[in-house]
Amino acid sequence: MSTVTATAPPFLPGTETGPRRLVRDGLLVAQRNLRHVLRVPELLIQATIQPVMFVLLFAFVFGGSIDMPGGGSYRAYLLAGIFTQIVAFGSANTAMGIAEDLSKGVVDRFRSLPMARSALLLGRAASHLVMNALALLVLALSGLVVGWRAEEGVARTLAAFGVLLFFGFAMSWVGALTGIWLGRPEVVQAATMTWLFPLTFLSNAFVPTQGMPSWLRPVAEWNPVSATAAACRELFGNPNPFAREGLFPAEHPVLTSLAWSALVIAIAAPLAVRRYRRAAG
Amino acid sequence: MNGRGGHTGPAVRVAGLVKRYGRTEALRGVDLVVERGSVVGVLGPNGAGKTTLVRILATLVRPDGGTAEVFGYDVLRHPGEVRRRVGLTGQFAAVDELLTGEENLVLIGRLAGMDRGRARRRADELLNRFGLRDAAGRTAQGYSGGMRRRLDLAAGLMTAPPLVVLDEPTTGLDPRSRVGLWEVIEELAAEGSTVLLTSQYLEEVDRLAHHVMLVDAGEVAASGSPEELKDRLGAPLLVLTLGPPGAAGPGARWDAAARVLSRYAKGAVDVSLPLGEISCRVAAGARVMPAVARDLDDAGITPDDMAVRRATLDDVFLALTGQPGSRAPAAPAGTPAGPGTALVGPGGER
Repeated sequence: MSTVTATAPPFLPGTETGPRRLVRDGLLVAQRNLRHVLRVPELLIQATIQPVMFVLLFAFVFGGSIDMPGGGSYRAYLLAGIFTQIVAFGSANTAMGIAEDLSKGVVDRFRSLPMARSALLLGRAASHLVMNALALLVLALSGLVVGWRAEEGVARTLAAFGVLLFFGFAMSWVGALTGIWLGRPEVVQAATMTWLFPLTFLSNAFVPTQGMPSWLRPVAEWNPVSATAAACRELFGNPNPFAREGLFPAEHPVLTSLAWSALVIAIAAPLAVRRYRRAAG
Repeated sequence: MNGRGGHTGPAVRVAGLVKRYGRTEALRGVDLVVERGSVVGVLGPNGAGKTTLVRILATLVRPDGGTAEVFGYDVLRHPGEVRRRVGLTGQFAAVDELLTGEENLVLIGRLAGMDRGRARRRADELLNRFGLRDAAGRTAQGYSGGMRRRLDLAAGLMTAPPLVVLDEPTTGLDPRSRVGLWEVIEELAAEGSTVLLTSQYLEEVDRLAHHVMLVDAGEVAASGSPEELKDRLGAPLLVLTLGPPGAAGPGARWDAAARVLSRYAKGAVDVSLPLGEISCRVAAGARVMPAVARDLDDAGITPDDMAVRRATLDDVFLALTGQPGSRAPAAPAGTPAGPGTALVGPGGER
């Protein structure tokens, strides 16, 4: 074509690109996802009742039979673990949401629009962040009921929730990658559970790592879930028997958790975006 | 809906387009030009490559060879510019079931860069136009199939795109909804939109398109206006129905009828006993009817039926590809394949 000029007619969709457009479009998508939650009461119930159930089950079923190395209440120990597990499991919803958008042709529609390319994924991660915040609120309230307390003041408590939300945000990118990669909702469901269970249970989330076999302990000790749970325990002032002389994640759990989350985002987000751009292509 | 920047060439220019999926070649060197303001129909059976072509033009799929340009912008080099100019309505309605009709449209408009007010105004306009005003506040999960398609089409039109791409817009719709959608497409065309439409329905492209491209197995089998394509099969066909010949065979009545037709025939006279028909091509078309009727009457023959019919796109498709579509299910055994036989073409059910 020899006669293409750069000037576009005024009513053509905007040419604006870059981070501002990405954030704007991402928020629009997030808003849409949250509307879905409001319109499907099951999703809302799942997001709120399930965490409460976990707290009650673990607190009352395991609560009495687990001895804490170094003393302290198991329930006070447990809550940070459940916080971490729930934000990690939320990534399954991100994965499912994206898989459903793919299978229903919504992704095609979005990809054919002159919108920011990664906005669908960013929007998913953002709405997941909101859902995580809601779940954490419900969890914290039910934790207070069973006897858990944040002992270190408002600032450190908020910092702990910040660490959790950042970890949840990172995990939602793994969920996004899983969803966009596997595509079919049934497959995605099975796949996310396959990695989420070992990830959350091979950690100090529910029991201290001290009791694990020696070959398993390093895995649990370096697991980002352990670092995140330990970071919360440190910031909440809860029993934190993770400590072992010279073990970096035990001595610097907050830093370790943040580093893990940043690393996961740095790897999973670009892969998910790349995959999205080529989806079904 | 005109005046695309300074570009003056055709809306779509596709040359030698190739797309492979593993070893399967979905497109094997397709050429296509869509002039501005025209409605072009891409007709072919399932698996012919129609959807792949459309997806390449909507930047959803990257071609493996050849070039595809939309208003002068290459789909690979300037996908963003292409997306700004193409409104796609896909093969199955990509509406968000949990959003209302209005929310669906506003979301699309805003994602395309409109501010809230503008998106709302445009959404209202389209909802009214597509008869969705009353349903605008309901979630789309309660919509009928026809309503969903209309909403999907409206979504594709939110930005008033200079090129509207419709991938099998009426597949799976009931006849009434189909006609409703046709009317909408005709309106778009009347307003000067450029429309690229794929279809399995011959009557659909026959009615809507100015220019038809027949594709089969990833290749262009023929292209031209519907009239041109039909004319390629030559003169209209005169069909005389005499009914079953009976146990004794065709006999003198059939011979006499064949003699009458041979006076008007351009070419050979075909006798089909199983169908109880005698047919031939007639250059003058329906104008020969009175004369033929008189001659038959003089010969003492009263046919069950007599008709002149123009070739249909079905016939064209059949003539060009040798069958209803190479990837369509095989024709029933014993069905003669050739122009003039009443073989149902791809999607030609009514």
